[in-house]
Amino acid sequence: MQRAATFILLLAALALPLIMRAFDLDYYTSFASRVMIFALAAGSLNLILGYAGMISFGHAAFVGVGTYTAGVMIIEGVPSALIGWPLAMLIAGLLALAIGAMSLRTRGVYFIMITLAFAQMIYYLTNSMKAYGGDEGLSLPGRSTLPLLDLKDDTSFYYVVLAILCVSMLLLSRLVASRFGRVIVAIRENEPRMEAIGYPTRRYKLVCFVIAGAFGGLAGALLANHGNYINPSILHWTQSGNLMIMVVLGGVGYRYGGLIGALTLLGLEEFIANHKVEWMADLWPKYQQHSLLGVGIILLVIVLYAPRGIAGWFDRSPRG
Amino acid sequence: MAETLLGISGLVKRFGGLTATDHVSLEIERGEVHALIGPNGAGKTTLIAQLSGSLASDAGSLTFDQVDISRMPQHERVREGLARSYQITSIFGKFSVLDNLALAVQARSGSSMSFWRSLASETALLDEASALAARVGLGRRQAVLAGNLAHGEQRQLEVGLALATRPKLLLLDEPMAGMGPEESARMMELVEKVRAEITVLLVEHDMDAVFRLADRISVMVNGRLIATGLPEEIRVNAEVRKAYLGDEAAA
Amino acid sequence: MSVVLILEQSLNGLQFGLMLFLLAAGLTLVFGIMDMINLAHGSIYMIGAFLAATLVAATGSFALGVVLAIPATAAIGMLLEVSILRRLYARDHMSQVLATFALILICNEAVRIIWGSDMALGTPAALSGPIELMPGLFYPAYRLLVIGVGLTVAILLYFIVAKTRIGMRVRAGASNREMAAAMGVDIKLLFTLVFGFGAALCAVAGAMLGPIFAVQVGMGDNILILAFVVIVIGGIGSIRGALIGSVLVGFVDTFGRAFLPALLREILPPQIASAAGTALASILIYVLMAAVLFWKPQGLFPARG
Repeated sequence: MQRAATFILLLAALALPLIMRAFDLDYYTSFASRVMIFALAAGSLNLILGYAGMISFGHAAFVGVGTYTAGVMIIEGVPSALIGWPLAMLIAGLLALAIGAMSLRTRGVYFIMITLAFAQMIYYLTNSMKAYGGDEGLSLPGRSTLPLLDLKDDTSFYYVVLAILCVSMLLLSRLVASRFGRVIVAIRENEPRMEAIGYPTRRYKLVCFVIAGAFGGLAGALLANHGNYINPSILHWTQSGNLMIMVVLGGVGYRYGGLIGALTLLGLEEFIANHKVEWMADLWPKYQQHSLLGVGIILLVIVLYAPRGIAGWFDRSPRG
Repeated sequence: MAETLLGISGLVKRFGGLTATDHVSLEIERGEVHALIGPNGAGKTTLIAQLSGSLASDAGSLTFDQVDISRMPQHERVREGLARSYQITSIFGKFSVLDNLALAVQARSGSSMSFWRSLASETALLDEASALAARVGLGRRQAVLAGNLAHGEQRQLEVGLALATRPKLLLLDEPMAGMGPEESARMMELVEKVRAEITVLLVEHDMDAVFRLADRISVMVNGRLIATGLPEEIRVNAEVRKAYLGDEAAA
Repeated sequence: MSVVLILEQSLNGLQFGLMLFLLAAGLTLVFGIMDMINLAHGSIYMIGAFLAATLVAATGSFALGVVLAIPATAAIGMLLEVSILRRLYARDHMSQVLATFALILICNEAVRIIWGSDMALGTPAALSGPIELMPGLFYPAYRLLVIGVGLTVAILLYFIVAKTRIGMRVRAGASNREMAAAMGVDIKLLFTLVFGFGAALCAVAGAMLGPIFAVQVGMGDNILILAFVVIVIGGIGSIRGALIGSVLVGFVDTFGRAFLPALLREILPPQIASAAGTALASILIYVLMAAVLFWKPQGLFPARG
């Protein structure tokens, strides 16, 4: 059943730009790229939030570091994606290693605060980098380059992003079904007992943190390319909150949680902002400027009444 | 003949003004079932926590099979062969019985830093877990979610998890807690079954079980070890009677 | 780097620290007693500021406006507690974080809809000038008032928590909820009152800081983080820790921003110095928090064992 759904989804995704081109709605191809990039970012957060159960308010830092790495590479004249994007993953991963090693000594709210603190540090540091735009950010001279493809073309970019998302999701999905994945979920379930049966739990949590950070960095690199723009606001703690909303909306700990959440949140924002619903406008003329109110209410309702998110709503079985 | 497996020397643990473990010294001999008894609050569970490594001691030393494990973290002690079960059931409620045991088996069969291979394909792991389930009497309940088991069955799983690590020394913290007579009998049978290969340190309140199973008994009161010896010696020991057994008889 | 400058910055640090304390006290009480991470605390601070600005404009009197804003904000806080927040006590921390984060979004937009993006709140005319504290040391009268208010509240709070029966019940609830319930304390009512009290403190801080910082949507977001840093440093559940933590953070932040850029200019080339200075000043309190946690993982005065 899930195989069929995945297949259909893939077909739809492959056909999308062609359909959009046919209806002269090319904008949506670019929008779809953005959704997929955030699906990757949210998916990477889902690994630590959903599977490992670690609340990190610092995930935006890894995405942001990826953004800046890719962006700086382009600015400094090394636009090759084959260098810039893996480098973004590497640097984000190393950062996650450093932050994780220090933060994972703590638990609960202390962990949240420490990850937040480190993320804020990166944010303020990036804000002060005058060479790369400081607090206003910087436009990029172009996108990264790949042999044989022109990433400046939105359609080509879309397919590259799609390919990366599919491969990443495949990898993450294998990860969850592997020994490592089982250990991570079990640690979330009962960490003291895992120690008591012989697992060095902190080490596993750290590796999970690093993997999530690396994939977050990849999403960041793609994001820099999508908007042709790097800006410190991507590193702000409220962006971490945004990613968390996507994960919760989609379904914490579910394979497609990140994708569903990104699609829902971004879709909702896009819809509210750009498509005026006449009867709503009659009731409340300025409603389109207050989309965050709707987002907040939906999030609150989900947390209170449907904590398993959209994916969880469709899943009748008790989650294991 | 009496070879020391676990050497406990001068172990201390303080919580603020309270000395929970007061210079405890004891030698657990290989192959024995050693019972640890004492009134509630005597510090038995604290001691178990210190022995297993989940709680750091303030002073004292521990040797296990001639290796100094005083500073060793808990997961490494498990690798050395020192495992514990919990007084308050601590299992993986959302996992099936089989998966619970498979986790413990997985811990000592190769590395879990394995990211690609599907766990479901590891038949050897699952077979061993299945055998373990049968051994602790949960053979027919393997697919049940641990959280849905009856209390007695959960206690069996509790012990099963510790057994799955193939320990040399098993620290059982009140395995019969909250069990009726039938379930207690089954637990006693289990201990009888494993004692041939595994040394056991058994903390229990069920005096019947203690005197039937134990080779030697130690008595702990207010954090101190007040007596160690053969069951008959303990039974007639005046201090012990006063501090503990006397209360039990009166109760 | 004159003595006058240092004294002036010390007063600034004290003033900021005391206001942070008002926020941190409520936050640490809620966390310590109800075991709840409440990110919406900053939003209540914002609502308090907006209410104060509205009431000051409506009544024409700064004092009256501020005084009226306090029970109004407390009422809103208690309403929030009874309707929404109460359902989160039994939930895990992650759910609390997400739900209260949702509340931040909702409150920000709601305030924007009701009041607009910002509101004017000026210093009361009578206090708009400086006072000469020492020959050469001029300090704004209003900020002295803020310090005064902060100290008064701190002393009052100490008195209530340490000396009264209510305070005892609150402390009992903080250390052991079940025991407190068994002893006949009405837990639900207690929680609502504690929350209302925290909201009242937020209102005071919001109203007092309004003229200094600006009353605008989102003003609570950044100060919320500072408040959390404070309670983590001070120790969760401890009022004393919140006070010491706040004053510490207030001083470090103020001094850092005031003197770090200048200090760095002595040793680094000017372009780097100013950028590095501001960045470093911003992250200084996080470094402080990390350092404290390294030495004392539960904070300086943890209330819970």
